[in-house]
Amino acid sequence: MANPLYAGRRRRNAIWTTLAYAATAFGLAWLVLILAALIWKGLEGMSLDLFTKSTAPPGVVGGLLNSIVGSLIQTGIGLAIGAPLGILAGTYLAEYGRNSRLATVVRFINDILLSAPSIVVGLFIYELLVVPVGHFSALAGGVALAVIGAPIMVRTTEDMLNLVPNQLREAASALGMPQSLVIRHVAYKAVRAGLVTGVLLAIARMTGETAPLIFTALGNSLFTVNPTGPMSSLPLIIYEFARSPYAEQQKLAWAGALLLTFAVLVLSISARALSAQTQQR
Amino acid sequence: MVEHTVKAYDRELDTLERLIAEMGGIAEKMVVEAVDALASADTVLAHQVVATDPRLDALQREIEDLAVMTIARRQPVAVDLRELIGAIRVAGDLERVGDLAKNIAKRAIKIGAESRVPRAIVGLRHMNEVATELLKDVLDAYAQRDSERAREVWERDVDLDALEDSVFRDLLTHMMEDPRNISFCAHLLFCSKNIERIGDHATNIAETVVYLVTGESMPADRPRGRQETDIDVEAAGGDV
Amino acid sequence: MTDHTTAQKPALSSNSAKEKISIRGLNFYYGQTRALKEVNLGLNEGEVTAFIGPSGCGKSTLLRILNRMYDLYPGQRAEGEVLLDGENILSKSLDLNLLRSRVGMVFQKPTPFPMSIYDNIAFGIRLYEKLPKSEMDGRVESALKRSAIWNEVKDKLQASGLSLSGGQQQRLCIARTVAIKPEVILFDEPCSALDPISTAKIEELIDELASDYTIAIVTHNMQQAARVSRYTAFMYLGEMVEFNLTDSIFTAPRDKRTQDYVTGRFG
Repeated sequence: MANPLYAGRRRRNAIWTTLAYAATAFGLAWLVLILAALIWKGLEGMSLDLFTKSTAPPGVVGGLLNSIVGSLIQTGIGLAIGAPLGILAGTYLAEYGRNSRLATVVRFINDILLSAPSIVVGLFIYELLVVPVGHFSALAGGVALAVIGAPIMVRTTEDMLNLVPNQLREAASALGMPQSLVIRHVAYKAVRAGLVTGVLLAIARMTGETAPLIFTALGNSLFTVNPTGPMSSLPLIIYEFARSPYAEQQKLAWAGALLLTFAVLVLSISARALSAQTQQR
Repeated sequence: MVEHTVKAYDRELDTLERLIAEMGGIAEKMVVEAVDALASADTVLAHQVVATDPRLDALQREIEDLAVMTIARRQPVAVDLRELIGAIRVAGDLERVGDLAKNIAKRAIKIGAESRVPRAIVGLRHMNEVATELLKDVLDAYAQRDSERAREVWERDVDLDALEDSVFRDLLTHMMEDPRNISFCAHLLFCSKNIERIGDHATNIAETVVYLVTGESMPADRPRGRQETDIDVEAAGGDV
Repeated sequence: MTDHTTAQKPALSSNSAKEKISIRGLNFYYGQTRALKEVNLGLNEGEVTAFIGPSGCGKSTLLRILNRMYDLYPGQRAEGEVLLDGENILSKSLDLNLLRSRVGMVFQKPTPFPMSIYDNIAFGIRLYEKLPKSEMDGRVESALKRSAIWNEVKDKLQASGLSLSGGQQQRLCIARTVAIKPEVILFDEPCSALDPISTAKIEELIDELASDYTIAIVTHNMQQAARVSRYTAFMYLGEMVEFNLTDSIFTAPRDKRTQDYVTGRFG
C-alpha cells in the first residue's frame, strides 16, 4: 500500500468532514435558537383566553380566536379551490399531456408560479377581486392562498404519477380499461400517500403565508365567519401585533407564532411519514 | 461455420470430432488386418487385431461421456444437437465394426494352419475390399459433412450384398465337394456375414451423416440385395 | 425418429387448426424508424406460438400490435393487416377496449394492481359485467384456480396483491387476464423476472391454458420457446426470418440466421 498517499487522503478527509460538521452545526444552531426563543416567549402568552377570546384593543384581555378561525377558513377556501385545480392539472401533465407542447408550457408556468414572490400574488388578487368589489374579503384571501398552494400540488401530483410504472398502466389498459379508469383506480391508488403528501405540504405553505393576505383579507379585530368581508388570520395578526408597542399584544404575537409553527411542523412531519410509506412500496 | 459465443463449446465439439476420427482410423485398420490375417494365416497379426479392440471400446465410452456432458452443459439445439447425437451414433457403429473385425480375427486364429481351400478366400478378400472402401468413404463423408457422398455410400451397399451372395454360393459348393471342408468353410461363412455387417454399419453411418447435415432422416428401407443368406451372425457368431 | 420426420415435412400448409390471428404484410413504425418489415404469419387457435430473436428484433413490437398496445404512445403506427377472426384490428373504427377484452396480455414484470387479491381479479370482470356478489366470488375463485394459485391465496383474498411473491404475482396477473375470458393471451417475456421454479409453474400453466386459448409468447429463453410452444417464429432486424414448427426450428432450422441464433453463434 502506498502509505504517504493514503495518509494524505485521510488527512484531507478529516479536514472536510470537520468543515461539513461545522457548517451543519452553524445552521442547526440558528434553528435551535429560533425554536427556543419561540417556545420560551410563546409559552408565556399561552392561556385558555387565547382560544376563547378574540383580539382586543390594548388594555383589554384578548385572545386569537378570530385569527385561528380565520386562518382555518381561508386555508379551507384555498384548499377547496387549489386542490382540485392542482391535482387535475398535475394529472393532465403526467397522464394526458406527457410530451405535448401545451404540457411543456403549463409545466414552465407552474414552475414560475411555484417560486413567484407571494406579495405579487397578493397584489394580483387585490386588483382582481378586491378593487372591483370595493372591499377586502376572506374569499379574496382564500383565492390568493389557492394561487400559492395549487402549483405545489400540480408539481407533487405530476411527480408522484410519474412514479407509477408504465407497465402498471399498460397492464390496466390491456384489460380493456379506459384511461380515465386507469388513472382513477390504478394510478391514483398506487401513489395515494404521495398525493396526500402534496396536499399536506400545500396546506403547510398556505397556513404560513402573510403577504398575499395583506392586500386581500386585510385582517379584522372582530370575530367573523363571513367570507365576503375582511377576516383576521394568524400570520396577519403576528405581523400586526409584533410591531405593537403593547406588551400583551407582543405576547399574543409570540403565542400565535408558536401555534403556527407547531401546526406547520405537524403537517410537514405527517407529509414526511406518508411519503416514506409511498417510497417503501 | 461461425463460432459459438462460448468458445469452450466449440472446443468440446472439436474434441468429439477428433475422437471420432481416431476411432474411424482404428476400426478401418482392424478390418483390413483381420482379413489379411485370415488370408495369410497370420495368427500373430490376428492376435494384434484382437488386442486393439479394447482401445476402440474405450474411445467409444469417452465419446459418449463427452457428448452426454456437453448435452447437459450446453443444451444444444439444431446443428449442434445433431452433431452430438451423430457422434454418439457413429461411435456406436464404429465400435460394432471393431467387434466384427475382432470376430474375424478370432476365427483366423482358430482356423490357423488348417487353411484348406485358398480359392475360397479370394471372394472374401474381394468383399472386404468393397467393405473397407465403403467404410473409408463414409468416414470421409463424415469428416467433410458431405451428405451427397454419404448418400452414395448408402446406395453402394447393394454391391456388397450381391458379393456376399456369390461368396455364399461358392462356399456351399466347396462344402459339397469335400465334407472335410465343411468346418473351415463354415467359419468363412461367418466371416463373410461379418463383412456384410460391416457394410451395414457403414450405411448406418451414412444415414447419420445425412441427418447431421440436412436434419432429415433417410427412408427406413434401404436398397438391398437378395435376402436368402440372412443369418443372424451377430448373435450366432459373437463368440468362437 | 419417424415422428420427427412426419412432423418436419408439412410444416405450414397442411394443419387442420384454424388460424385465429392472421398477419398480412405488416409494417410498423416508431416515428420514422421502421421496426417491422412486411411480416406475414398466422397464429393457430388453441396453440402456442413463440417469438424468439435478439433484443430489438421486433418481437415485442409485434406482440404489442396484437392488442393495439402501441396506441398508448403517440408517433407509433402500424400498416398492413392483422385479422382477428377475419376482422382487421388495425382499423381506426375498432373499439380498443373491446379488442383488449378479447386479446389479453401478461407482462414481463408482474403488475398486480395496488388493491386486494380479490379486487385484482374482480376489477377486470366489473368492467364488462355486473355480477351479484356470490357470482363474482365464483368467478374470482375459478380464475384463481385456473391459474394454479388458488391454494396459495384462498385464505388471504383481502390481502394486498403486492404482498405476494414474484411468481405468485405473475400467476395473479394471469388469473386477472383469464378472468375476463379473452380468446387470445399474449405473454411478453412472462418469466424473465422469475426464479426457475416459478418459471416452471408458469410454463405448466401456459401448457394447460393452451387448449382453451390462442397463445403467443415472446421469450428470450430459447429453451422456454422449445418447451412451451408448438410453433416458433424467429425474428431478426424487424423481419420474420423463419416460422415453422418448434420441433423443426430447434432440430433442423432452414435459415442460416435461425441456426446461428438458436445454437448460440450470434455476433
